[in-house]
Amino acid sequence: MSASFGFNAADLIRFLPETILTVMGTLLMVLDPILHRRGSHAFGHLSIAALVAAIGGAVYAYTQAGPAFGGMLMVDGFATFFRVLVLVVGILTILPSYRFLARQDAETSEYHALLIFSIAGQCLMAAANDLIIVFIGLEISSIASYVLAGYFRDDKRSNEAALKYFLLGSFATAFFLYGVALIYGATGSVNLTAARAVISGQGPGGPAPAPVFIGVAAALMFVGLGFKVSAAPFQIWAPDVYQGAPTPVAAFLSAGPKAATFAVFLRIFMTMFEPIGSGWEPLVWFSALLSMTIGNFAALMQTNIKRMLAYSSIAHAGYVLVALTARSQVGTAAAMFYLAAYALMNIGAFAAVSHLSGRGERYQNIEDFSGLGQKQPLTAAMLSIFLLSLIGVPLTGGFFGKFYIFKAALESHLVWLTVLGLLNSAVAAYYYLRMLVMMYMHEPGEAVENAEPLSLGLRAALILPALGTLLLGIFPTWVLEFAGKSAALVK
Amino acid sequence: MPESYTDLYFPVLVQALVAMGLAAGLLTASFLLGKRVRNRVKDIPYESGITPTGDARQRFSVKFYLVAMLFILFDIEAIFLYPWVVVYRELKMFAFVEMLVFAILILSGFFYMWKKGALDWAEPDRSRRKL
Repeated sequence: MSASFGFNAADLIRFLPETILTVMGTLLMVLDPILHRRGSHAFGHLSIAALVAAIGGAVYAYTQAGPAFGGMLMVDGFATFFRVLVLVVGILTILPSYRFLARQDAETSEYHALLIFSIAGQCLMAAANDLIIVFIGLEISSIASYVLAGYFRDDKRSNEAALKYFLLGSFATAFFLYGVALIYGATGSVNLTAARAVISGQGPGGPAPAPVFIGVAAALMFVGLGFKVSAAPFQIWAPDVYQGAPTPVAAFLSAGPKAATFAVFLRIFMTMFEPIGSGWEPLVWFSALLSMTIGNFAALMQTNIKRMLAYSSIAHAGYVLVALTARSQVGTAAAMFYLAAYALMNIGAFAAVSHLSGRGERYQNIEDFSGLGQKQPLTAAMLSIFLLSLIGVPLTGGFFGKFYIFKAALESHLVWLTVLGLLNSAVAAYYYLRMLVMMYMHEPGEAVENAEPLSLGLRAALILPALGTLLLGIFPTWVLEFAGKSAALVK
Repeated sequence: MPESYTDLYFPVLVQALVAMGLAAGLLTASFLLGKRVRNRVKDIPYESGITPTGDARQRFSVKFYLVAMLFILFDIEAIFLYPWVVVYRELKMFAFVEMLVFAILILSGFFYMWKKGALDWAEPDRSRRKL
């Protein structure tokens, strides 16, 4: 037993991104009380450097792909895809944060330290092949996110967001943990590969355990993970939290933790629970439909842009769940592609909101965007790309994302879910188009008149994801090929 | 050497019965033999101690909670040292480096908390505390 403990160079290399982020996060944390300086851009530069280094680390780890720490981590193409995705999300969160934090006089290194810690947790989730590691990653990511949601301590809404997120989040984590306990009880292992062998009846312990235990465990884990990706019926928290959290943090919450949790979702359900797939399929089917419908119809009625984007993110979680319902390698690849496209377009849209919100985040309503096309053509053009991609118009990443998901669903004979999903996309077009009409066909209002010129960070935060969205829409095969190769999770 | 499950737990049962019997017996004896006095002095929290002043439901400084919370955090982290000690001989250098990393992380947390003024009881430094 003790032979499995010890230093192993390959293990350390495969764990490189998390190591870099932990060291840099800790450094940023202790830097604040030493320097006593606020309002410095240096912290942001340092975090971006850390994230870029971690991307390098993740790519280098991929060249040494394989299991690490006795099978607790699985560094493969799938893990690398999501590691790089959450790291890019991190960079795109920090870029608009420069101006946003400076405007609120709240530029501290703690903000960046928390962000880096949260991303470290998400990298760990992406590579986790063991339920305990999943849980640890989930907690590292979540606890930092709870604090970030309440970053404006003197703001009531920010406090409300943090408290709601914390209470409901801890509750959901407990559900996940009950599922883990049941799996351990039934299979005697928390390792996904080992547990899968027992569940499919090929384990050393003889015949498979009673399906009722595994089914209940799958349902409990579905509740816990469903909450984190804001899938219906566990979506209630999302609009309040996104509205109350500082805008760059809301952007981060809607992209980073969601992508990482979906990585865990796909890995757990497509490896460990794959043998009982026909059992959980109706559950995911129902949740996918409910998420799309609730998300899109509630978004129609919103006046606050952050709430609207929150409901839209619930609907998009529904689309990804459609890909999971397909239960195929094509479906997993489609989910990966969709999450990449979704992260880019959503974080870009939030960057535009963060730019326009003004001091104290006064301007958050959809009407505040009226006439943006006249005054700030670049911002309006970039936001239009994100909105068109969120609708799923061709030549954008959102189009191919939806296309691959529904194609995968049809290949798995989910005709009804596909039809209902497409109808939902049509409904969604209305509220995104309303924004476009507001920007281009109305006279400039107070918010647009008062808007500052774009800073360098914001310019990058708008243009980079827009380029990414267009690239995914014009050359989707680049990413899709990698996703297709890495989507075979059962080895 | 006790053989069965029942044998193994029989002493526990005896212990529980003795404890319950003793408690019940003492209470009954005091009830039957004791003298009963009822007056105002009997009803105060400390019959022969300090006279209570004011209401118990008063507000405490939030610092008490902060210190209590920090105490629990570091207390629980210190518990990890116990299982480490047990396997230290077996794991040698690996265990040492692991605990070194753990200790550095805890100490940087402690350093942060200290420098942030979470332990300054007397005068809160306004400029340090904001955010």
